[in-house]
Amino acid sequence: MTLPIQRPDRKNPVTATRQSNLPPTERGRVALGMTAGAARGVFELQVCTDCGCVQYPPREACGQCLSVDLKWQAQNGAGNLLSSTTLHHSNDLYFRDRLPWRLGLVQLDAGPTVMTHLHGEVGQAPMRVQVGARLDRAGQAVLITYPEQGGTHMADDKILREMTSDPKYRKALVTDGKTALGQAIVKALILAGADTVWVGQSEPWKQADGLLEIASMPQVFLVPLDLTDGRSVTELAGEIGGKVDMVINNAEMHRNHGIAGRRGTDSAKAEMEINYFGLLRLAQAFGPALAARAADGTTHATAWVNLLSIYALNNFPAHGTFSASKAAAYSLAQCLRAEMQPSGIRVINVFPGPIDDEWNQQIAPPKLSPESLAAAIIKALRDGVEDVYPGDIAQEWLQRWRDNPKALEREISKNGA
Amino acid sequence: MSRQRMSYDGVAVAVPVTVPYVRYSTRSAHWFVAQALQALIKTSGLSKDQIDGLCLSSFSLAPDTVVGVTQHLGLSPRWLDHMPTGGASGVMCLRRAARAIQAGDASVIACVAADTNHVDSFRQTLGSFSNFSRDATYPYGAGGPNSVFAFITDNYMRSFGARREDFGRIAVDQRTNALKNSNALFKKPLTMDEYMRARPVADPVHLFDCVMPCAGAEAFLVMGQERAQDLGLAHVVIRGTIERHNAFADDPVMYRGGWLVDRDDLYAQADATPGDIDFVQTYDDYPVIVMMQFEDLGFCAKGEGPAFVNSHSLTYDGSFPHNTSGGQLSSGQAGAAGGFIGMTEAIRQLTDSADKRGVSGAQLGLVSGYGMVAYDRCVCTGAVILGRSA
Repeated sequence: MTLPIQRPDRKNPVTATRQSNLPPTERGRVALGMTAGAARGVFELQVCTDCGCVQYPPREACGQCLSVDLKWQAQNGAGNLLSSTTLHHSNDLYFRDRLPWRLGLVQLDAGPTVMTHLHGEVGQAPMRVQVGARLDRAGQAVLITYPEQGGTHMADDKILREMTSDPKYRKALVTDGKTALGQAIVKALILAGADTVWVGQSEPWKQADGLLEIASMPQVFLVPLDLTDGRSVTELAGEIGGKVDMVINNAEMHRNHGIAGRRGTDSAKAEMEINYFGLLRLAQAFGPALAARAADGTTHATAWVNLLSIYALNNFPAHGTFSASKAAAYSLAQCLRAEMQPSGIRVINVFPGPIDDEWNQQIAPPKLSPESLAAAIIKALRDGVEDVYPGDIAQEWLQRWRDNPKALEREISKNGA
Repeated sequence: MSRQRMSYDGVAVAVPVTVPYVRYSTRSAHWFVAQALQALIKTSGLSKDQIDGLCLSSFSLAPDTVVGVTQHLGLSPRWLDHMPTGGASGVMCLRRAARAIQAGDASVIACVAADTNHVDSFRQTLGSFSNFSRDATYPYGAGGPNSVFAFITDNYMRSFGARREDFGRIAVDQRTNALKNSNALFKKPLTMDEYMRARPVADPVHLFDCVMPCAGAEAFLVMGQERAQDLGLAHVVIRGTIERHNAFADDPVMYRGGWLVDRDDLYAQADATPGDIDFVQTYDDYPVIVMMQFEDLGFCAKGEGPAFVNSHSLTYDGSFPHNTSGGQLSSGQAGAAGGFIGMTEAIRQLTDSADKRGVSGAQLGLVSGYGMVAYDRCVCTGAVILGRSA
């Protein structure tokens, strides 16, 4: 059984903060196919279209029939543990700092033998096990073997925690506490065991529903934060930047019109000020501090969550300027992800469909409740995934977009404007 | 119906050369190649120009291959080969060189394995050893071959009831042999107790199951027997040889190697049986692979490796002389030269030049090779039976 992690002691301010290092990052282009699956939380292997043979390690041609028609397909991961080892020596700094480290060799029921990290609850070979794909601290896909039945505190396993961003005992900043979604996120974080949640409020003189209830929770501290104001962001970072383990940027401005529906650029600018420039200001102020603490103890800094929109993938003309601002934010989030990669901070992009809030009143259901979106964010942190598309609409759009982005564009322009 | 295989008659293997091993070197691999060639020339009495073929094995020449080496060292051979097969390269270089001699494509071929070892070069080699290791093993703990062979050892122990002590028999006796080899990097005796108490590296692999990477070179010459006689060079002959790659690919974890596929062919070529072999030089990257070679080359049945090593002494003067130079486990692993160390030692044994570790009356010796972890095991296997020249 995994022992639950303990609330870390207060940090000794005199000791040096451990510097972050990463597991080996190099992969061939083909192997990045596995990373694409793991980024969504799916374990995929290449399967030969001609003979059905499942392939591993990733390759250019079928090891059975030489066909080059290999497709990435989801795997159930069931298999037999053949052998295991505990490393007491490694040639790589990342592992050297974390020894001993367990590894296992598993024959998947689907055929191939895979080398994997071992969850601490996996016993000795031979035994039935379950293999899954995760992103490691370098953001690359790796395989990890779990027991068929995990214990209650399975998430607290040392090796698994290297691949996840569990809020337990961590300190989070939620950038906007005034919305129903922001409040749902705060509640979900606390339920997940977060130690401290700083909750941003802009224009604090304006009362917002539900904020008092949130503020009464002992873990919550309301802080002034206006993403349109660089000074406000910098001041808050100066105050709490060195303590924040995860940033959840849920602040957004949402107006419902396209180009012709409203003259002028004022409201489009206001959207950009928060949705795009707000993220930029926040990332400049909080990013470096987060990166510097990416290996700081068991509850080190770990993740950055961006609330984007499924409309970032393809413009929804009825909310055209909002879509554009989210597309801009998406692009900047990719930049942030690249810049955070060397530290091991996971940048999670959340692409929800329409949220059931005041700005989507005219959108027919299904709409995403703030609570289920908050739950999806917590799940993403715990699973260590990188891209999340919560809700039926987002999932449907994603499928259509992956299948044929041009077709989606035409369909949306016909129905949506 | 495929054509009957030609014998290797008329080919001489001579002039075993070892460029002394050092733990680390600031020189490049070219320096070690040059040292090896110079020693081949000095010992054989040939001039540089008379060596008209070169077969080279190295990991640390990059960005050069054997091509860059010819210009670097001012060679103008009419036959050139590069054998990037590590632990199997000794057998494979010999096979190719022998055929080139028989065909008349070259008259004297230098087979050279050389590598340098900078302080950081082992780690760098590991991360880029193969596409599969970069994508599917190195990101898992970056243990290099230790983790791969830990799996193989763990599985073998469970499947056949082997204990650490059984592997210790191999390591301890090789150290005894190494003490008679002035080039071996390990100079102190190893007791079973010390073997057992060694620190774990990747369970069940412990310190003395692992080779020590170092810099150095091994080399030999291949030529027609008549030429060797004219030059007055002591030499050995090839009685039979095999190679096999990616054998038993469907075994989910390695417990047998390619030797098993072709061993009947090997002994048939030599018109010999395992009982006729006077000494064996296996590829000893890890003791478990030595045990598999004993089994797969017919010295005992599958799974009887542990009993076999306990009923034999494996020292140069024992009942089953094995890795008489100390092998890589006690001499060091000079990169690709680890694939040649058994070959040069076998030539020495069969030409009475093995110093104080000679196997008395040896007529036939077996050298086996095992090389190149692509993913979860080494892919290349080979073996050769060498005999005293008549």
